[in-house]
Amino acid sequence: MEAGMVTPAPALVRFSGIQKTYDGEHLVVKNLDLDIRKGEFITLLGPSGSGKTTTLMMLAGFEIPTHGEIYLADRPIKNVPPHRRDIGMVFQNYALFPHLTIAENIAFPLSVRKTNKADVQERVSAALRMIKMETMAQRRPGQLSGGQQQRVALARALVFNPQLVLMDEPLGALDKRLREQMQLEIKQLHETMGITIVYVTHDQSEALTMSDRIAVFNDGIVQQIDRPDALYEHPVNSFVAHFIGENNVLAGTVETIDKDFCRVALAGGGAVTARAVNVSGTGASTSLSVRPERVAILPDGSAGEGPNRLPAKVQNTIYLGDHALAVLEVAGNGEFMVKLQPGAHHSLTPGEDVFITFRPEDCLALDPV
Amino acid sequence: MTDALLPGANAQAEVPLKRRLRRAERTRQVRALALVAPLLVFLLFTFAGPIAGMLWRAVDDREVRQVLPQTIAALADWDGKDLPDEKAYAALASDILAARAAGTIAIAAKRLNYALNGFRTILTSTARNLKAVPEPGTAKETLGKINSAWRERATWTTIKDASGPVTGFYLLAALDLTRNADGAIVAALPDQAIYRDIFARTFLISLGVTALCLILGFPVAYLLATLPPGRSNLLMIFILLPFWTSLLVRTCAWIVLLQSKGVVNDSLHWLGIIDEPLRLIYNRFGVCVAMTHVLLPFMILPLYSSMKAISPAYMRAAASLGAPPLTAFLRIYLPQTLPGIGAGSLLVFILALGYYITPALVGGAADQMISYFIALYTTETANWGLASALGAVLLLATVLLALVYGKLVQGQQVTGGMKN
Repeated sequence: MEAGMVTPAPALVRFSGIQKTYDGEHLVVKNLDLDIRKGEFITLLGPSGSGKTTTLMMLAGFEIPTHGEIYLADRPIKNVPPHRRDIGMVFQNYALFPHLTIAENIAFPLSVRKTNKADVQERVSAALRMIKMETMAQRRPGQLSGGQQQRVALARALVFNPQLVLMDEPLGALDKRLREQMQLEIKQLHETMGITIVYVTHDQSEALTMSDRIAVFNDGIVQQIDRPDALYEHPVNSFVAHFIGENNVLAGTVETIDKDFCRVALAGGGAVTARAVNVSGTGASTSLSVRPERVAILPDGSAGEGPNRLPAKVQNTIYLGDHALAVLEVAGNGEFMVKLQPGAHHSLTPGEDVFITFRPEDCLALDPV
Repeated sequence: MTDALLPGANAQAEVPLKRRLRRAERTRQVRALALVAPLLVFLLFTFAGPIAGMLWRAVDDREVRQVLPQTIAALADWDGKDLPDEKAYAALASDILAARAAGTIAIAAKRLNYALNGFRTILTSTARNLKAVPEPGTAKETLGKINSAWRERATWTTIKDASGPVTGFYLLAALDLTRNADGAIVAALPDQAIYRDIFARTFLISLGVTALCLILGFPVAYLLATLPPGRSNLLMIFILLPFWTSLLVRTCAWIVLLQSKGVVNDSLHWLGIIDEPLRLIYNRFGVCVAMTHVLLPFMILPLYSSMKAISPAYMRAAASLGAPPLTAFLRIYLPQTLPGIGAGSLLVFILALGYYITPALVGGAADQMISYFIALYTTETANWGLASALGAVLLLATVLLALVYGKLVQGQQVTGGMKN
């Protein structure tokens, strides 16, 4: 390695040219190349059927790749059975063994490794302390709430210090408040223990909250891998822009391209300047992506001077407590959202004609939907 | 504010609320009862009633009392140490004459003969030779002259023992026990003591069949629970297929297969594996094979239902936690199938205990189970008392087993952690 080069943490897991098909006709995972760094919290995010769970199952060893190889700590593991991969896993429905007590559940990975009894006892109590459930050691899983079962599943997957911990939508069965609390607890565990976590979810806000990096899956392909803020600010295509966060879409045609920016004629009339992120050239159709919080409604009802001014008609306003949304019709899009300060929605009446504006940097020209 | 308000409101509403609840519950209970009433009545008449009747017959002992009422009355305060007094002899003579006229001697003779071999002859010869009521004071002498057995104490204790109205005689006999002339419970004579062996044989065969069913049924149930639905349905049909064929036909099919000129022996002979036909039927082997075949579905179905409830995620979790397949199976899968194993084994064992037709058709004399003897006593010798007593002992053993199983299952009730 050359001196002076920035060396990222070494890859713990490497997917190399992975393909997976179940029926021999259509690929669930198409040519996946993905590096997972040691100590990072990476989330595989995508809608159902996007291939994210299949990817996780291939890593765990429950599915075998049709093509390609997976490396764990530089060792090919395609032919290593799951029980010898040294990977902890938290399942969607926890999969706590119902006939064993909580303590026995947590002790299971240690006892199958023939750890000596005193050591097992010590590590189980440490794990129970970590999840603050010392008093429930002798209960059975059926006697615990969903959140408690989740904690036990977590402790069980961590107690044998695996190289890697996989989590398959572990919070899907919990209610919203508990889910948010558990998100923070898992995040905290990750930080204090320095473990590598691969997390699968279809909930983008969960992914944004917890992850160091997110791999957005769609249709068997990783669309983009990046930090949460980068995904939000700099999506590479319309799918990512639409899947992560709220998004307004305006269809148009590229008229001119000038370095990083382009001029786009909107299908519904008018023209705007946008950052050219994913456009194939002049004359190509494109989808513009604008976040609701980056749009302003001009105060005096007139266009005034400046770039990217568009006429809009107020459809509705929605009050959401900490903020409010205005639903507008802009250039043929009847569901154009604008985020407002709470209270500001009083000044808007449905049917009113207004003007909106956004900076060219906040408007991304992406591939047509 | 709500805290302050609620208790008061509760106290006010308590009485009528409770009453209303009771009324609502009662209506529901009545409706539920009405729904099950036809079945309940049916079961009462066809199941509970006959069983109670059979159990009663095991201790019922009124035959001698009906035929020889005066004798029984005269023996009421006999201490049994010496021969009874003249009064009892006179009563017996008068009873025998009356019974001879009524033609009921045989009833008493049959019952007394169970207890004392040869009693039938004593009674019938006495009835034949007793011309008229003996002169007062000569009854003892007259009867003694007709049959010397009347001078023996054992003859009279047999009558007293059989005086009813209830007796432990049959139940003791079913356990190879009897009362001696002094009324103490002792082991029965060796040539009559056969039932303990038969009970032991019955339990042994049932246990063997249960073990065979478990060994053969477990893999099938596992396959059934893990195959994709289409193929598991097909397999299920194969398992249920025997239920559509009569038990008799299935058993006879085994005779065709296993007899000395049967399919199995012929095939083995043709293949040159054997020279002489193997003895596969009319012995313990044939009984176990045929009974296992008939009872296998009763093992597979409970196993299947317990395995179906085990999510595949458990085995995956065990593997991800480092358990090799065999360890995962033994420590995670097998314990969760225990309720199914228990239910299936109990079902097969209890059904096997009462098996009659199969051992009767494919078993030898030494392979007959307790039901064979119950059938024998009810249909051939009409010794209903002993048949009922054997049945009662079998029923008791079965109930005890079921209770033990219930306790065991209660001790390790498995509650599901999965919320699928």
